[in-house]
This record gives sequence, structure tokens and C-alpha cells, in this order.
Amino acid sequence: MDVSLDLLMNAVISGLLLGGFYAAVSIGVAISFGMLDIVNIAHPAFILLGSYVAYIANTMLGIDPILAAVIVLPAFYLLGMAVYQVYYVAFERRDDQSLRGLSFFFGLLFIAEVGLILVFGVDYRSVSARYIGPSLQLVLFDLPWRLLVPFLVSMVMAVGLQVFLSRSFLGRAIQAVAQDQLALQLMAANPVKIKRIAFGLSIATASLAGACLIIIQPVEPSIGREYIGRVFAICVLGGLGSFPGMIIAAMTLGIVESLTSTFFGPSWAPAVAFGVLLVTLAVRPSGILGR
Amino acid sequence: MRGTPFILILIAVAGVVFGLARWLDNSYAFFVGYVVVQYIVLGTAWNILGGYTGYVNFGITAFFAIGAYSSVVLHKLVPTLPLPAMIVVGGVMAGIVGVGTGYLTLRLRGVYFSIATLALAVVVQTLITNWDFVGGARGAYVLRPRTAPLIGGGYIDYLFLIMLGLCVAALATARAIERSSLGFGFAAIRDDEAAAEASGVPTLRLKLIATGLSGGFMGMAGAPLPFYVTYLDPASGFSLNYAVNAIAMPLIGGTSSWLGPVVGAVLVGGLQEYLRVTISSAVNVLVAGVLMVMFVIIAPQGIVGLFQRKRR
Repeated sequence: MDVSLDLLMNAVISGLLLGGFYAAVSIGVAISFGMLDIVNIAHPAFILLGSYVAYIANTMLGIDPILAAVIVLPAFYLLGMAVYQVYYVAFERRDDQSLRGLSFFFGLLFIAEVGLILVFGVDYRSVSARYIGPSLQLVLFDLPWRLLVPFLVSMVMAVGLQVFLSRSFLGRAIQAVAQDQLALQLMAANPVKIKRIAFGLSIATASLAGACLIIIQPVEPSIGREYIGRVFAICVLGGLGSFPGMIIAAMTLGIVESLTSTFFGPSWAPAVAFGVLLVTLAVRPSGILGR
Repeated sequence: MRGTPFILILIAVAGVVFGLARWLDNSYAFFVGYVVVQYIVLGTAWNILGGYTGYVNFGITAFFAIGAYSSVVLHKLVPTLPLPAMIVVGGVMAGIVGVGTGYLTLRLRGVYFSIATLALAVVVQTLITNWDFVGGARGAYVLRPRTAPLIGGGYIDYLFLIMLGLCVAALATARAIERSSLGFGFAAIRDDEAAAEASGVPTLRLKLIATGLSGGFMGMAGAPLPFYVTYLDPASGFSLNYAVNAIAMPLIGGTSSWLGPVVGAVLVGGLQEYLRVTISSAVNVLVAGVLMVMFVIIAPQGIVGLFQRKRR
């Protein structure tokens, strides 16, 4: 194994960019799991759904995948509100979130995966856009646009949501739901309605994250499962519900994964997230920036 | 022992089922029977942890594949080793992994355990895919003997008999747990863990026992798999179908007693087989997922729960 500085630096930089993309994938779970305490393990399935929507829009209509994701954003928002409504009526109100609520999302994940296989088959699908292929050439290294665009989209999304959550009334109400639901009720706000909006937002992020995913790599229906471990490792490591912590965690995981695939081979990369998750849970379950 | 009549009844039922399959003398009956009984074992194993203590294990494929791949390894190292010995080894390996994962994550809230098991499935698959000795991503061939040892007939007869034996063991264990102080401890954890802890129930130890037993039985159910399929690759060994079926069947049948997974496995397994023959194999895998989501929303107590409520 030949560890050259050049190789190391390239691995770190692509890891950083990859980590930025992981932040886009995790931000929805940071809202649903971190703030609303809804363990949506089906989130990667919604992301894949976003990828396939971008794929259809791109191959049939020739629309840019990111633009397509922005267009279907409201549809994903409504889908998320509908899923939350079912979840609330069937599980949260009956106070049966753990066993059956988890199984519900697991079932959704499976149905989405098999549904996508039935419609699109198991072939890898990809999109075309002008920024897939060329690189931004800097003095010391190249930045592939294919990774840079998702990175930028992800950062815009994270900053936008952070501003929304800390400045607007609704955003503060969402954060309040995470802290004290009863107190919010006493302020004459309806926690169920606020949670429905927040869950809608978390699924809406999946549309953009899905477009980013299919820009970075070709997609097939079972790829979502690899992201479950990653997403939850990032959210737990980042300290639930904290966006800055989540971004740091996402980049850390991106860099470690990128180093692993550079020096040990890409087939080992999926195991990294699990290691990170287990170590975090065993050593510091509240995460690096946990409350 | 109090459970002896129950075990004798189970053995009698298993004997009748096996006799019936022999009388039919149709290898398709054995193949279908094997799959359904395998799901009874998997569902019962999942239920020991999920139904009794309320901790959800999504990493069924990890434990199942550990059992399957330990058979592949043993078969390569010692080809003459009898299958029951492989099953014991596979079960022990999977049980150890279960206790290890549980030890790291079971002290936290239940969801962390569930998430860790989801990730465990991915990591075990990564390890197997990168392990050339068991064929890596290409998969491994296992040549099974043409005829069955001891009982004669095709080897599939023998596999079916072994699986029936495992099923009797799993059901007897599950029922024994339900009626012992262990079972009451599990139920206390499920209903209110903080209260159980405060009343002096050794919660972590009980949870580890449940995880070990549950993982062990999953491993045992997986151990004969290489001989059943004769070609095992990571994609099929870690198929999400196993996980969904093993969770869906207890939830559909009912999680509160040993009977639930049996009812669920027979109904769903039978229905899947029927759909596979009549419609297509793609539709049959959807069934378990759709039924599971419907049942957890509409009938959270499962089929057994519906009948119990009527009786009261």
C-alpha cells in the first residue's frame, strides 16, 4: 500500500464533498428523528423515490435533475404530511411507537423497494447534465462538479433550514415540539399540526437529496438500505437535532469512508458507518455536539 | 418437567406433517414445507426478542446469514461433519454476535438497538462479500449428498426433517419462556422498563438472554440453507425478504404468544407460495410487506389477538 500525500489529499477532499452530500441525505432524519422523535427508517426509500422522479424528468423531458427536484418539492411535502397523519392516527395516538411504529416504517421501506423494482427493474439508472463529467481545476487538485453541485445544494438546504428553524415562528414552534410538547399546547399551538408540517419538510428534503444521489452515482432500488446505517450514524454522531453537529458528523463520515475506499477498496466503505455508529453508541450516545 | 406434554404434542404434530409429506412423495411438497417451517423458526426467534421484550431486531438477515455461512465454512473445512453439528455451531456464532451487539446498544433506548441491527445486516454482508474463502461476491457452491443419511430417500427429506426438529425446539423454548419467571421479566421490560428496573428486574441481563436466544435460533434456521439452495451468494443470503417475512409473520399472527408466529408463517407462507405459482414471484414478496403494514395499522394484536378478544 503506497500512501502518497497526493492520494491522501484527494481522498480527504472527495470525502469532504461526499460528506456534504451525506448532510443532505441526513437532514430529513435530523428533523424527523432528532426533533420529532419519529424513527423514520424509511427515509432512504423516499430519497430513492426522489432519485427516480429526477430520473424520469431528466430522461423523458430533459429537465435538470436539481430543477426537477425543486418542482416536485411540494408533492413530497404533501406526501410527508400524509405519512405523518397515518403514523399519528395509528401509532402515536395509541402510544405504540416502538414495536409497531418501527415495523410500519420498515414495511414502507420494503414496499417502496419492491415497488421500484417492479416498475424500473434492478438495472442501474443515471441522469445526464452538463456538470456531470467535467471538473473544476484548481492549482493543487481537481474538484469534480458531479460532487461539487450536490455539496452546494446540500449546504444551501442546511443553511436555509437552519435560518427557518431559528428565525421564523413556525420554525421555533418545531424546535419547541422537540423540547416540550405540553408547553407548546399551553401556548395555544397544536403540536400535531406542527409535527405534521415538520415531517412534511423532512420528506421534502428527500426530493433534493434524491436528485443529488442520482447525480453522484447511478441508482438501483436496493441502494437505499446502504444509507440507513449512514444516515443514523451521522444523526447520532452529530447529536440529535443539531444541524451544525450533523454537518460535522457527515463530513467526518465522508472523509473516513473516502479514506477507507482509497486505501482498502470501495467494497469496505459500507462497513465504516456501522463502526462509527457502534462506537458512538457505546462511548458517547449523546453525540459530539449533543445536548 | 411441566412442558413435557406440550413437547410430545409438538413432536407428534411434526411427525404427522413429515409422514404426510412422505406419503405425498412429491419433492415440491418438501421444498414448500421446508420454507414454511423455516419461517416458523425465524418468526419465533424474532418474537422471543421482539414480541416478549418489545425490542425490534431488523438484522435478521445478519444472524441468518451467519448461520448459513458458518455451514459453508465448516463444509469446506470438514466435509464429513453432520448437519446437526453445523447447526449448533451456526447457532452459537449468531448468538454470540447477538449478545455482543446487544451489550453495546441495549443499555440505550430501544430504537438505537433497532438501528444498530439494521446497520449490522449491512456490515455482515460487507464482510462476507469481501471474504474470498466463502466465495466473496461470486458466491459458494455446496454439493449436497444425493441421499439422506439415516432415513433414506432424497436429501431434501432429511433437510425438512431437520427443520421440523428445529421448529419443535424453537416453539418449546418460546412456550417455556412464556410460562417461566424469565417470561414475566421480559413482559415487565416490554410494558415499563423503568418500573421493571426499579423493582429489581435485571433488565440488561434479561435483554441479553433474549437477544442471544433469538439470534441463536436465527443462526440455526440459516445453517441448513446452503444445502437447501446448493448455491449461496451474498445477495440471496442477505435478501430483505427474510427480514420482512420474519417480522411480518409474528406481527400478522400476533406477538403475545408462541402460536402467533406459527399462524402467521403458515398463512403468509402458504399465501406467498400460492401467489408465486399462480401470479408471479415479484408479487409474492410484496404480500408480506403490505399485509404487515395493514395489520400494524388495523389489527395491532394480530390474528391470535383477534380471537382472544372475542373469547373474552
